Amino acid sequence: MGKFKPGDRVRVRAEDRPGHIRTPFYIRGKVGTVERVHGEFLNPELLAYGRDGLPKRVLYLVSFNQKEIWEEYGGSPKDRLYADIYEHWLEAAQHKV
Amino acid sequence: MSGHDLPSTGHEHPHPKHELGPFARRVYAIRELLIEKGVLSGEEIQQQVRFMEQRTPANGAKLVARAWVDPDFKARLLANPKAACAEMGIDATSINEFVVLENTEKVRHLVVCTLCSCYPRPILGRPPDWYKSFNYRSRAVNDPRGVMREFGSELPEDVEVRVHDSTADIRYLVLPLRPPGTQGMSMEELAKLVTRDSLVGVVDPLPTKARS
Repeated sequence: MGKFKPGDRVRVRAEDRPGHIRTPFYIRGKVGTVERVHGEFLNPELLAYGRDGLPKRVLYLVSFNQKEIWEEYGGSPKDRLYADIYEHWLEAAQHKV
Repeated sequence: MSGHDLPSTGHEHPHPKHELGPFARRVYAIRELLIEKGVLSGEEIQQQVRFMEQRTPANGAKLVARAWVDPDFKARLLANPKAACAEMGIDATSINEFVVLENTEKVRHLVVCTLCSCYPRPILGRPPDWYKSFNYRSRAVNDPRGVMREFGSELPEDVEVRVHDSTADIRYLVLPLRPPGTQGMSMEELAKLVTRDSLVGVVDPLPTKARS
């Protein structure tokens, strides 16, 4: 199911648009690793406006190195951030960052 | 019964503080409209309120305590949390997808929802106010160790901190580490060590010495 599989490097789209979006601003444009394919879910960007949420979107658990998100991150270099991101917000990352 | 013997404040009868904020007023207005238009009945709303009030962190504590004493249950809880909840008589059916995050000596998990206040309500009930605060939601993602320190846990550098930003349909519950020195304790005793905050991951369960 879906375009990506666990282990794939993906980049969160650096898009910005008005409306209900479930992709936090701070990870847009960042590269992470797919950890898990959660499954298909109704699209919350449509549900928020009383629409049917179809077609369903594949949702992924994606992890990021904290130091790649926050330049001044003060914790351990091992620390990671995990977020659930819908497929239409992800693109294949061609190169490592 | 008379207030006349009390020193006068110039205002003898205190008014009850029932002034509603703008959000509360909006909620009451929406509730009245829903009832008026026949979308929901007052009884249905009350039922849902009762249902939510019955959900407390004690449910999460029961799950964790059993996972600590029963390795087969722990395996089932990690593999299929909703089925494990059903086994314990906890109704998790309204959650789309439920994931349990297992803490280890080398990995600690912390749950936040930066976009709003997503929380495993069907299991734990309402989230604490701090969980919904702007301060927690912004700092949990970029300074999780600082947040945990404020809750009382100082984590060594070689422990990996994994922050889960609960951005979509998935609800997360942390399975904390069983505290040392708890061998021989019953499930009921163990459940008392599992605080709500340890289920969100900001702290470990209570050390046994805290409960004599």
